[in-house]
Amino acid sequence: MIRGVIVMNDQGKPRLVKFYDYQTVEKQQELIRRIYGVLCNRAENVSNFIQADSICGPDTQLVYKTYATLYFVFIFDSSENELAMLDLMQVFVETLDKCFSNQLIWQVYTILDEIILGGQVLETSSAEVVKAVEEISKLEKASNTTMLVPKSISGWQSW
Amino acid sequence: MKRYIICLLYVEMLGHDASLYIHAVKMAHDDSLSLKRTGLINEETIPAVLPEVVELLGHAKEAIRKNAVMALHQFYERSPSSDSHLVSNFRKRLCDNDPGVMGATLCPLSDLITIDAKSYKDLVISFVSILKQVAERRLPKSYDYHQMPAPFIQIKLLKILALLGGGDKQASEQMYTVVGDIMRKCDSTSNIGNAVLYECISCVSSILPNPKLLEAATDAISKFLKSDSHNLKYMGIDALGRLIKMSPEIAEQHQLAVIDCLEDPDDTLKRKTFELLYKMTKSSNVEVIVDRMIDYMVNINDNHYKTEIASRCVELAEQFAPSNQWFIQTMNKVFEHAGDLVNIKVAHNLMRLIAEGFGEDDENADSQLRSSAVESYLRIIGEPKLPSAFLQVICWVLGEYGTADGKYSASYITGKLCDVAESHSSDDTVKAYAVAALMKIYAFEIAAGRKLDMLPEVENLRISKVISLLQCQSLIEELSASHSTDLQQRAYELQAVISLDAHAIGSVMPLDASCEDIEIDKSLSFLNSFVQQSFEKGAQPYIPENDRSGVLDVSSLKSQDHHEVSAHSLRFEAYELPKPVVPSRAPPVSLSPSTELVPVPEPSYPKEVRQTASVSSFSEAGPSELKLRLDGVQKKWGKPTYSSPAPSTSSSSSQKTVNGVTQSDSMGNPNSKTRNTSYDSRRSQVEISPEKQKLAASLFGGALKPEKRPSSTGHKVSKTSINSGAKAHMEKGVISASEISTEKTTPLQPPPDLLDLGEPSVTNMAPFVDPFKQLEGLLDPSQDASALDYGASKSPDFMSLYADMPTSGQTSTVANPLSNNLESFGSANGESTVVYPTQTNKGPNLRDALEKDALVRQMGVTPSTQNPNLFRDLLG
Repeated sequence: MIRGVIVMNDQGKPRLVKFYDYQTVEKQQELIRRIYGVLCNRAENVSNFIQADSICGPDTQLVYKTYATLYFVFIFDSSENELAMLDLMQVFVETLDKCFSNQLIWQVYTILDEIILGGQVLETSSAEVVKAVEEISKLEKASNTTMLVPKSISGWQSW
Repeated sequence: MKRYIICLLYVEMLGHDASLYIHAVKMAHDDSLSLKRTGLINEETIPAVLPEVVELLGHAKEAIRKNAVMALHQFYERSPSSDSHLVSNFRKRLCDNDPGVMGATLCPLSDLITIDAKSYKDLVISFVSILKQVAERRLPKSYDYHQMPAPFIQIKLLKILALLGGGDKQASEQMYTVVGDIMRKCDSTSNIGNAVLYECISCVSSILPNPKLLEAATDAISKFLKSDSHNLKYMGIDALGRLIKMSPEIAEQHQLAVIDCLEDPDDTLKRKTFELLYKMTKSSNVEVIVDRMIDYMVNINDNHYKTEIASRCVELAEQFAPSNQWFIQTMNKVFEHAGDLVNIKVAHNLMRLIAEGFGEDDENADSQLRSSAVESYLRIIGEPKLPSAFLQVICWVLGEYGTADGKYSASYITGKLCDVAESHSSDDTVKAYAVAALMKIYAFEIAAGRKLDMLPEVENLRISKVISLLQCQSLIEELSASHSTDLQQRAYELQAVISLDAHAIGSVMPLDASCEDIEIDKSLSFLNSFVQQSFEKGAQPYIPENDRSGVLDVSSLKSQDHHEVSAHSLRFEAYELPKPVVPSRAPPVSLSPSTELVPVPEPSYPKEVRQTASVSSFSEAGPSELKLRLDGVQKKWGKPTYSSPAPSTSSSSSQKTVNGVTQSDSMGNPNSKTRNTSYDSRRSQVEISPEKQKLAASLFGGALKPEKRPSSTGHKVSKTSINSGAKAHMEKGVISASEISTEKTTPLQPPPDLLDLGEPSVTNMAPFVDPFKQLEGLLDPSQDASALDYGASKSPDFMSLYADMPTSGQTSTVANPLSNNLESFGSANGESTVVYPTQTNKGPNLRDALEKDALVRQMGVTPSTQNPNLFRDLLG
């Protein structure tokens, strides 16, 4: 399964953090720091895969990709395919791109939730995701706009 | 509304009513989006929601069914035991009309199959047909991704098939066609196409091999490896590593590509390649591969990976080493750069390997291995910052084999050892190893008849020798005052051992005996003749404590105590202070009348007491002590039923003749010691075996490792491992320390009239040198005192007792305790307890024992557990 998704900038500041198995906040920060430590030492034009068993425990790998100043990182175990993860990341990024013209930042989580649920791949078509996200926002506007409910656990933490 | 539910959730989390979940689920009916949140509900609420969610599996809307499956997967993950009925639901949903729902079902099923593939073999047909449909594009277009039909579903299915087809001919055959089709159709220009292709390869490599598929997989791999993309190279190397199990020759086709990857700056790729190399190592390529690994290891900072690669190097070196020289050098490098990271067991393995050789019966090769080890260690020893584990190995090897080939002088080696101890003053373990090594070197020197250059009275030494000698002496002096009791003990032991004469030392510390086996004569048969003799003189047979009747209350009180203790394993309270005179004396009298004549100072007396005792009267010290001593031993390991009639009876009789003190104690003592030893050695043997096996596996194995080993190492199986020896000596150290110190103080006591102590010499241990010398012929080296013997610490009187022996005339009896004691010195030599015991218990007659031992050695055999009978016969 997918263990986690992290988006951070090139300074190592996390922009989006989502773990699909429980991690304490301290542990999350520790992981992010160590992953950043590895990522910033990677040369360009090398593979996008890193064996992460020294960071995230046995049988874990991570796939990363840089988009502009952002690192996108997927952490997963051997039940996933590295190349497929790379493509999934592409889906995520494309979807973000499509949505970001007029969306609020918390919707990043909504988008992620439409693609990955509970560590399993849910949807790989970014068009579908965009549709779903739009529906959600419509629903929310329709029900009650005074209180926006964040879409995921991670949202609740900040709420 | 949503907010309301969430607030309720928080309320619920705080431990209130669960009914709200029904509402939550009701909401889920209305709004499928909210259903996902159920997956986030915590564990305790699962039962409340479960039935509703299961119901949703039959919902008309596929999106809801799909989410329900995912939610159930989460539930199942959280508590597999309570939700086992979900499995059948998953199976049903696999046949769902909607591919999305089916795809979602694959996730929980693949988890389940990972745990237990057997129960799902019936699904192979379903999986294969699903995969076929997917590959034939029977799914709606919306499932396509980059022109691939539902690639994530294909990947999942291929992974599942790989699990199900492993080692199952029927299942594998069902898969061949569809996997072959997919491989042909895969679009190798897109990422996702290659992902599916890679999954096909790993599926092919896990199911039973099919030539066509293997060929296709090989082609795909070479495409990967030839690609410019690092990602694809990575996948190619990984796939190669998988496929190599099935057809090792594949790697050779891709040698160049593999080497390219190895030299690539990309760390991930490099590591993957090392993993591949590790899998394809043979004796023909081990040198290259391990050298590469070490080079890489030296340059990385990641301790996790460094550790891993270091242990792989060690493993490969042990497995495939082409020559001793290379092996030693490789191990040196590994230890130098990662010594503190590798498991200490690796160091122990190395020591054992050097001691035992590579398992072939080629003594020559073994000694060459040792010589080259010594040489390289002497070269390396001066380097700063060597890891502790490595220094331990160095010290041990130098001590054991430093002077073995005569190339280096003892003073040279000892000088180096002293340097080590001095420059690592904060590392007690290293110092301990160094002192043990020093003692061995000195012991070997003395035994070989060379002059011991540490004793001050030896003059006309060459300058360098003098220096090394002084250095060593100051080191030993410093350590005798060390805060570490272990070091202190070692220092005293060293001093004690070197003051023995050559013959005794040769017996105590035989050369190159670290692999020798200990045999213990548990029945103490060597005492039989003595017992017989005593009976003839009118001694009473020994009555086991349990069988004694009409014993005085005092003793029954005591024995009660003993029993109680013996029921438990160790006794932690301090031994009671000896009551020098009356009360303790009574019981033994009643036990065996003759004991009256056999006063024995309680061995556990603290020094002062003992001194008075020895001064005032030995005969008064109390026969009870004899009994006490035996009991004390029983407390340790005691089967209360243990009985060795020999000691007590014989002692009592012999005591008549002589100064009883010595006798009785001496008798009780060997007895107890032997028993402890046997216990000890048995235990250590047990400890060894798994490790032994492991070593065996890594040494000879090659591809077919584990089974082969034991037979080839057969003759060595019984050798006790260095490892356990090293462990054991640590424990032992503390114990025998007191013994040693006793000895040291012995000369201070007013010697009994009977004592024939030699002229006191300059060193403080000199006084008791002579008694030993006198006894030299009497020594029975066979006594082994691998003394995990707390009893030993009770024996401050030994020395004074021995001192009496010479006069006793009952030489054969006397010999035992003495050698006992000697051996406990010996045990200080840090390597393995095992050393001395080789000759254990071969009989009361020293000459016999020695001859037999010599015979055994000549024959090149060591007593082994495999043919104990032979050796018992041989050795009497």
